[in-house]
Amino acid sequence: MAVTYRSAAGDVPAVRGVSLEVAEGEALGLAGESGSGKSTLAMALLRLLPKSARVTGEILLDGEDVLRMNWGRLRAVRWASASVVFQGAQHALNPVRRVGEQIAEPLLVHGMATQAEARTRVAGLLEQVGLPAWRARSYPHELSGGQRQRVMIAMALACSPRLIIADEPTTALDVMIQAQVLTLVRSLIADRGIGLIMISHDLSVLAATCDRLAVMYAGRVVEAGPAREVFTGARHPYGRALAEAFPTVGDPSSRMAPRGLGGDPPDPMRLPGGCSFHPRCPAALPSCAWRQVELWPADGVAGDPAGHAAGSTQARHTAACVHVLPEPERSEPERTGPGTPEPGMPEAGMPEAGMPEAEEAGPEAAGGQEVPNAPSAANASGAPDAADIPDDPGAPDARPAKESA
Amino acid sequence: MTLLEARDLHVQFASRGRRARAVDGVNLTVGEGEIVALVGESGCGKTTLARTLLGLERPASGTVLYGGAPLAYSTRALKAYRREVQLVPQDPTGSLNPRHTVYEAVAEGPRIHGLRDERERVASALSRAGLRPPERFFPVYPHELSGGQRQRVVIAGALALDPRVLVADEPVASLDASVRGEILSLLLRLRAELGLSALVVTHDLGLAWNIADRVAVMYLGRIVESGPVEQVLSAPSHPYTQALLSVLPDSPAPIVLGGEPPDPTRIPGGCRFHPRCHVLASGKAAEAGVDGLCRSQPLEILPSSTELRAACHYARARQPQL
Ligand SMILES: Nc1ncnc2c1ncn2[C@@H]1O[C@H](COP(=O)(O)OP(=O)(O)OP(=O)(O)O)[C@@H](O)[C@H]1O
Ligand SMILES: Nc1ncnc2c1ncn2[C@@H]1O[C@H](COP(=O)(O)OP(=O)(O)O)[C@@H](O)[C@H]1O
Ligand code: SF4
Ligand code: SF4
Ligand SMILES: [Mg+2]
Ligand SMILES: [Mg+2]
Repeated sequence: MAVTYRSAAGDVPAVRGVSLEVAEGEALGLAGESGSGKSTLAMALLRLLPKSARVTGEILLDGEDVLRMNWGRLRAVRWASASVVFQGAQHALNPVRRVGEQIAEPLLVHGMATQAEARTRVAGLLEQVGLPAWRARSYPHELSGGQRQRVMIAMALACSPRLIIADEPTTALDVMIQAQVLTLVRSLIADRGIGLIMISHDLSVLAATCDRLAVMYAGRVVEAGPAREVFTGARHPYGRALAEAFPTVGDPSSRMAPRGLGGDPPDPMRLPGGCSFHPRCPAALPSCAWRQVELWPADGVAGDPAGHAAGSTQARHTAACVHVLPEPERSEPERTGPGTPEPGMPEAGMPEAGMPEAEEAGPEAAGGQEVPNAPSAANASGAPDAADIPDDPGAPDARPAKESA
Repeated sequence: MTLLEARDLHVQFASRGRRARAVDGVNLTVGEGEIVALVGESGCGKTTLARTLLGLERPASGTVLYGGAPLAYSTRALKAYRREVQLVPQDPTGSLNPRHTVYEAVAEGPRIHGLRDERERVASALSRAGLRPPERFFPVYPHELSGGQRQRVVIAGALALDPRVLVADEPVASLDASVRGEILSLLLRLRAELGLSALVVTHDLGLAWNIADRVAVMYLGRIVESGPVEQVLSAPSHPYTQALLSVLPDSPAPIVLGGEPPDPTRIPGGCRFHPRCHVLASGKAAEAGVDGLCRSQPLEILPSSTELRAACHYARARQPQL
């Protein structure tokens, strides 16, 4: 899937070809720094982006393509199949309405319950998220940040969705409340077989909550795999920097030695050519300035890359870095042009690196104008169905409960 | 040598007709060139304590001392004081005026204080904060900067007055994981190069482990444990510190404290942590014969000390020196 925002200043390729999957009862963690495209991706899954966003690729929910759904079907799906807990959602509660009414709203709007049934259901939902039933009568300002976040989770659960997308559900919360919310989220996945996509910039939080992790950088997945493996044995230099950012308290090597990543996040309108991480990468090779590597098995298990590409996208640990390539690929970058099989996984609708342009009009030649970005290549190469998002009255509003009847 | 000190500090607010004892008796020192972390969950009083140390709140009782002298609250005295003790606010984006360039943001302090050589001051502050070459950043607006760069601008604004102490409130909480280390390294470098002291307010124990010499753990308006970082964070004595450490993502056995968040208008009798204490609930305090004390005997205010201290009957039954 790819998402490009059209703005007055030009196209902003926010998500540049990402393939992910989540199974029932499974939690997928999506990590990456601010601006890497995490929220854009999450919002795109339910077509909640503004009109200026163009989404390409496929988004399959139980096999049905969300991008092709008509408006009525989409609305049904938004509550019945999947729901989103938004970033900063605690502030998205309506301040002048009791939280119980706000939780009951989708049930009533969708005719899924009578007033009386809704009341019982709200009490049950509050209990599930660890709040006493009388809290239904509270106004948002009477609750702490963690309690408001629980209310948001209760709202997301109200219509028994099969998938929950949680965007930074604990970022503004302190450690103890974060622990309360994460414990709750974990038990919900386990008890109810809900699929979860959880977004955070804190890899340690994701590793503790999720089965699998995907690390995004500049709109792409640069590393993915089983959560513990990615967290403790990251192979992509960016994945490693994220994993090391939060020290293990008690570990002598991090005492008085904070570790960070230099440089600034890239401007999506002026992405560096080659591996977009190369200007900040401590392990960059000269070829990284013009060569972009696709995701490649990084678990050290010998195997047929083609077979891997055909199978599940994240069962194995993969990384998009020249250092995980087998020796011949690593040292002979010339062989990776079009016509030669590209290492890694040819994801559907996923562009190749655009190597020829990169070589002809490299950063120097282009003088400030950087190498063309991947999504334009994707569209040129005929990514399936570059359908614009149809007008969507409720969409740009970041509040699930505000959907008008 | 002690530079900044809180002595038996109490700060209170009126809250819906009740009295909120936000800071309820605190002794704390920050030595020259020392980095002290103040940790605790949200609402425990960290920011109120920090604001009081900066002279932004008046204590109900107790004293703030700087260089051994009690803080004077006249406008003039406070103005002079704020050159020495600078705040680095919690959210860099919220604290920068979007219509001011980086130069204007950093020059604001020197202008208020009527300092000469404004341009050199601004340039030197920016480069000490790691924004180099400084001139390149002069005309830039906050929205053109990344989160990490904005935080550096805010730190440069504090450095422009050549302070001796920085009071930083959650300096990295609103930043990405990837730039966190950079900002923390900057604080360490400022201490090494300029001998700056810092009080860092945070709920992030990893931050304390990364940069602080000492840590003070606050619960419901009081410091319940304090001491050298290695001791407090490797072998916590107070059950509350133990719980805070146990909920770090990698911990094997999390002790998730339940219940409502602590309310400074209703501080429990006995040990103020007793309604949520796992040592008491599990019966371990009873085994040690201190459960009665836990419920009825308040602990005294911890003295300011650089040694390990914990305000807990159970911990003291086993380690009387605490
Ligand atoms: N409406 C929009 N118009 C133009 N560009 C946009 C729009 N929304 C987002 N972007 C850009 O798309 C990129 C990805 O944004 P997104 O908010 O998805 O990132 P993120 O990883 O969620 O970051 P954060 O953690 O800060 O929320 C950013 O460069 C952002 O500036
Ligand atoms: N101006 C104020 N009026 C009333 N109550 C306040 C005020 N400022 C802080 N408090 C209360 O004091 C307690 C401590 O607050 P604060 O110092 O902000 O804690 P922290 O920074 O640890 O979150 C909280 O319960 C808060 O609600
Ligand atoms: S491909 Fe090169 S620049 Fe990119 S992460 Fe790997 S070493 Fe670094
Ligand atoms: S004094 Fe008792 S209740 Fe308080 S922390 Fe210690 S063991 Fe727990
Ligand atoms: Mg986001
Ligand atoms: Mg605070």
